[in-house]
Amino acid sequence: MRIFQTIWGKLWLILFCLALLSLPLWADPYIIYMVNISGIAVIAAIGLNILTGLTGQISLGHAAFVAIGAYTSAILASKLNTPFWLTIPAGGIVAAFFGILLGFPCLRLKGLYLAMATMSFGVVVEYGITHWDSLTMGVRGISVPAPTIFGYTLGDPSKLFYVTIFFVTILTLGAKNLARTRIGRAFVAIRDRDVAAEVIGINLTKYKVMAFAISSFYGGVAGGLYSYSTTYLHPENFTLLLSIEYIAMIIIGGLGSILGSIFGAVFLTAMPDIIKGFADFMGRQFVFLHGRYDEEWNIAAFGLLIMIFLIVEPTGLNGIWTRIKTSFKNWPFTY
Amino acid sequence: MTEGAIYFLQLVISGIAVGSLYALVALGFVLIYKATDIMNFAHGEAMMVGAFVCYALVVAGIPFLWAVLMTTVIAMFFGLATERLILRPMIGEPQFAVVMVTIGLSIFLRSVSGIIFGHDNKIFPSQLSEQTLVLKGLVLSYTHLWAMLISGLMVILFFLFFRFSRVGLAMRGVANDQDTAMLMGISVKRVFALTWGLSFAIAAVAGIFLANVMVLNIAICLVAIKAFPAVILGGLESIPGAIVGGLVIGVLETLVGGYLDQTMPGVKDLTAFVVLFLVLMIRPYGLFGKKEIERV
Repeated sequence: MRIFQTIWGKLWLILFCLALLSLPLWADPYIIYMVNISGIAVIAAIGLNILTGLTGQISLGHAAFVAIGAYTSAILASKLNTPFWLTIPAGGIVAAFFGILLGFPCLRLKGLYLAMATMSFGVVVEYGITHWDSLTMGVRGISVPAPTIFGYTLGDPSKLFYVTIFFVTILTLGAKNLARTRIGRAFVAIRDRDVAAEVIGINLTKYKVMAFAISSFYGGVAGGLYSYSTTYLHPENFTLLLSIEYIAMIIIGGLGSILGSIFGAVFLTAMPDIIKGFADFMGRQFVFLHGRYDEEWNIAAFGLLIMIFLIVEPTGLNGIWTRIKTSFKNWPFTY
Repeated sequence: MTEGAIYFLQLVISGIAVGSLYALVALGFVLIYKATDIMNFAHGEAMMVGAFVCYALVVAGIPFLWAVLMTTVIAMFFGLATERLILRPMIGEPQFAVVMVTIGLSIFLRSVSGIIFGHDNKIFPSQLSEQTLVLKGLVLSYTHLWAMLISGLMVILFFLFFRFSRVGLAMRGVANDQDTAMLMGISVKRVFALTWGLSFAIAAVAGIFLANVMVLNIAICLVAIKAFPAVILGGLESIPGAIVGGLVIGVLETLVGGYLDQTMPGVKDLTAFVVLFLVLMIRPYGLFGKKEIERV
């Protein structure tokens, strides 16, 4: 609780938690489903933010870790009937293993070269899950049984909701605390200047690989939850575009900030619906625009948002939030 | 010659043909990287836009060569606008941000083109003959012959441009050291703008050409993703490297496809990325690149 310092901070947090936990009682199933999906995106985005935002290692292969986690838990659940509270962490652990595997050869790469290496890792994993038919069912896709606990099925979104929220809470608190420990500070030191970090006694090999492992663990857990939430996995779900989507989340939310990852993930998950709603609204206002909505607009909006945020607001939504907060706090003085 | 040897040679020749296409694309990457130190992830999309614009012009009834010329000019202005609006505000930002901006631009352009031009395959009103050349049992299509020829021509032009022209010299200077170039009276901004304009124009030509060889659809920009391994293999700032890298990737890919595709379907498309990964592990600056890679 020490990470939330003020009494108002605590109060808002408690209110927010109450509203969130009571959500299945009053909200529409679609909203609950969307909250689940955003929760999963939040976990994956926090994971990527630990690697890219805190440690400064670009990764264009985050979707691969999500895919590994998703397939691990899907296979464990469908072929071995493992309970979900084992398969989801197992997805994370297998993904972390691959993260370490990728982390070691990537130690000597930086910037552009690292982006290339992680991108090719993503392509290789995508190929693997498409073509390893006997294990992953390839392009036919794999379906995941509903999770059960004590003989009680958690199939529909409003029950799965609690599982998702549980993992989101634990992992968010974990990340928030991680950023304040020696490990988190070492990550930031590596991001700011790796040579200087090494000089002050940070073992670069250890911490860089650790960043990869933690980040891919988060990705894997997100994947595990995703497999239960969609109940059907297909290699098409885990392309380069998904990795770019995660990067968009952390850029729009704010690099290196946990709160920013949450903002970005929720915003980008809700965005297709916002665009659709806006398109419907415009369609009703202007006849010639009616029915012009296209799925492509979402992807175009991703691209546009990435560019706009990088050029105009590099600190992301988190930066805007902080600015609003400080200006309220200092009102009526400008600063 | 035995049957096996002919099969092998045939694969190598087709590989060279495919590789020269990769080389053509790789050249565009190298041009931008050489002058501005930016890897343009939107290069494939620039090619695609060029091809679509030219297609639209040809369909509108403009003769092919005029259409190509007009496309080049349009692409050049497009490149200038891109530089001014998107890349110039990013000067001095960390490399990660610049890379991400070009990735954002690439998915933006791809989906907007999808909305405007649709996702169906278009047959480019081809100007190249569809005949094939048969020599001692080896088959080669004229389009691929053209690909090799144009790539070769481009290399010579590039070489002459960078070696002898004033602008080319300015570009090399800027690439070498921006501050010093500024002190020598080179307008770094102008050189940057010029480079982007030029590279978009070249991308448009390459795109038109690719659209002639393959079919024209959104997927044409995926060729650029295959050209990454070629550029990395050759060395990011080396023009001969781009050619060699493109050819090597092309040949390897066809060989792997020819011999292993039976046992591991689809492995052909993976080859380039495995090579990329290996190159990054062993020799990140590529075959001909400057050994400037930072390492820990």
